[in-house]
Amino acid sequence: MKTALTVALAALLAASVPAKAVELTFYYPIAVGGPLTKVIDGYARDFEKENPGVKINPIYAGNYDDARIKALAALKAGQPAQISVLYSIDLYELLEQDVIVPWDDVAATADDKAWLKAFYPSLMMNGTYKGKVYGIPFQRSTIVLYWNKDAFKEAGLDPEKAPANWNEMERMAAKLVKKDASGNVTRWGVMVPSTGYAYWMFQAFARQNGHDLMNPEGNHTNYAHPDVIAALQYWRDLGAKYKVMPEGTVEWGTLRQQFTEGKTAMMWHTTGNLTAVKTSATFPFGVAMLPASKQRGSPTGGGNFYLFKKTTPEERKASLAFVKWLTAPERAADWSIATGYVAVRPEAYETPKLKEYAQGFPQAVVARDQFKFATAELSTFQTGRVRKLLDDAIQASLTGQKTPAAALKAAQGEAEKLLKPYR
Amino acid sequence: MKHVYGWLLLTPAAILLVGFTHYPAAATLWDSLFSTGTVVHPSRFEGLGNYAALADDPIFWRVLGNNFWFALGTIPTSIALAMLMAIWVNDRLPARALVRMAYFTPTVLPMIAVANIWLFFYTPQIGLLDQIGAKFGVASHNWLGDPNTVLACTMAMVIWKESGFFMIFYLAALQSLSPELEEAARIEGASRWTFFRRVTFPLLMPTTLFVLVNATINSFKLVDHLFILTKGGPDNASSLLLYYIYQVAFSFFDTAYASTLTVVLLLLLAGLALLQFQLVEKRVHYR
Repeated sequence: MKTALTVALAALLAASVPAKAVELTFYYPIAVGGPLTKVIDGYARDFEKENPGVKINPIYAGNYDDARIKALAALKAGQPAQISVLYSIDLYELLEQDVIVPWDDVAATADDKAWLKAFYPSLMMNGTYKGKVYGIPFQRSTIVLYWNKDAFKEAGLDPEKAPANWNEMERMAAKLVKKDASGNVTRWGVMVPSTGYAYWMFQAFARQNGHDLMNPEGNHTNYAHPDVIAALQYWRDLGAKYKVMPEGTVEWGTLRQQFTEGKTAMMWHTTGNLTAVKTSATFPFGVAMLPASKQRGSPTGGGNFYLFKKTTPEERKASLAFVKWLTAPERAADWSIATGYVAVRPEAYETPKLKEYAQGFPQAVVARDQFKFATAELSTFQTGRVRKLLDDAIQASLTGQKTPAAALKAAQGEAEKLLKPYR
Repeated sequence: MKHVYGWLLLTPAAILLVGFTHYPAAATLWDSLFSTGTVVHPSRFEGLGNYAALADDPIFWRVLGNNFWFALGTIPTSIALAMLMAIWVNDRLPARALVRMAYFTPTVLPMIAVANIWLFFYTPQIGLLDQIGAKFGVASHNWLGDPNTVLACTMAMVIWKESGFFMIFYLAALQSLSPELEEAARIEGASRWTFFRRVTFPLLMPTTLFVLVNATINSFKLVDHLFILTKGGPDNASSLLLYYIYQVAFSFFDTAYASTLTVVLLLLLAGLALLQFQLVEKRVHYR
């Protein structure tokens, strides 16, 4: 009994000796190809070298869903995680679980406050709530239009000019459709994926027609506005009326291969696929901003850095230093080149490394140029359910099971029921 | 005093059973009577409120219907196919080992790998099915994007995967049958079909019962392919109950509703198991 007590006391004393270094653990997802865990580990080691007294522990967590589940589970289990890279649209979920704090609270000095303003404004939209910044942009993207220059030449179109608006896209796509002897289509004009992230693609159509699908407070959706319905009708018409796109849903995962194998002359896809297309395309291809209707537009996508609540003041200071270091112009440029993501701040594009890269591969800056037309990704309270309502409505319209108006009105009704308690 | 040893020997198994089966089932039932708690809206007692919401949920009825058709499509087909394959490879064929391995290979592959392969089989225009079809002049079809064909396509893939597994059980059972029965049947002049129907099939009933229970559980359990192939779409046309539970629990974070759905799944499976053991057991001859 006495020995047990002594052992317990000794253990307690040993545990209460304060650790010399501040240790930061963070979960991060990888949603695009490449040996990126090595890059992140490299950054962690470099930061530790410049800042003795801080230890960084990056944990690769799979995709965005996995990272969210792992981070929340770790917090519930009492395991420390001070920061994490999570989906930019997880904001309301994290707020409702009350696990994050705004970066404004830690950004004390004038230098810190200037840093908060150094990012592209459209990238801050998803991370800001009631005027406070909860998410720092890290790996962000937009949708872009890829086009097959050889196919354009073959169809008698100027291979250097991409469609600038909806009418042009529909007309050019009609010329690009190729059929074989028995009338079956061997090459489509344009393909927009409608599985996986249908709501993301639809946000682009809606924005181009002048509307966002939710409000900044995250408690109201705009699915049934006549212009939004018209946007879905246009998407449906591309397949059903103009016959430049296959009817039914277009698979996200195989669209890139269908483009590189020449089965479609144009595709709407994330800029995150740029490097993959670059390495596998056997033809010259172009990348352009999405065509306009009333205006140009695309949603942003990707992951932000969040700061968790269960952190000590030293940990918060160290986290701020680390995230500031990671988003410094040189590092943002380096990350952009390694991944294909857009560099998150304008100064990164002024660094010599990225300037040179952009000169040799101009397709890399199209997504950045589109930022001034970009809007936040769909994010509200009860975000999973609200998003699924829209996904189902889009898929029901594209497969002809419901008209766009009926599908969107029903989705809006259900979303209202979910979001009313949050007003 | 002797009884203590008995109970002690049972304890490890009992701990695992209670810890991983009975306790979670009871906890799920308990959770389904409350609403999901967040820091902003704490959990409160709902009674049967979650079950009422369940009855009103059109997606729930859709996935239940899908699961019913999925079970109906995969269970008899995979069992029949497994029996056929087993009988065929039981004979002395040349390269018998190779054929058995070929039939068993789909089972060895992980479901996610299988789903990725079949995603490319089903891809319009560049996929295997459409390339073969093109040679016969058949137009390209959007197999996974058409709500009318998507469920059948997932069923085909699951049958392909499971049949090899069930074949192994039938093969083992066939090997244990006495060869004298077949000789006697040949002497009597019975046709192969009569021999199968009157002798082989009844003797295989214990295996059939086992395979039937397995196949039923699989038809509710196998949802891994949905993550790769369709994510439940288009518009829930291929979604299954367990996949919907995953979405509600981990995408919507609505653990109370997910518990409610899980209770329904548990009751369904328990009911089916009871039914199978009661009905089929009467016709099973154990030796």
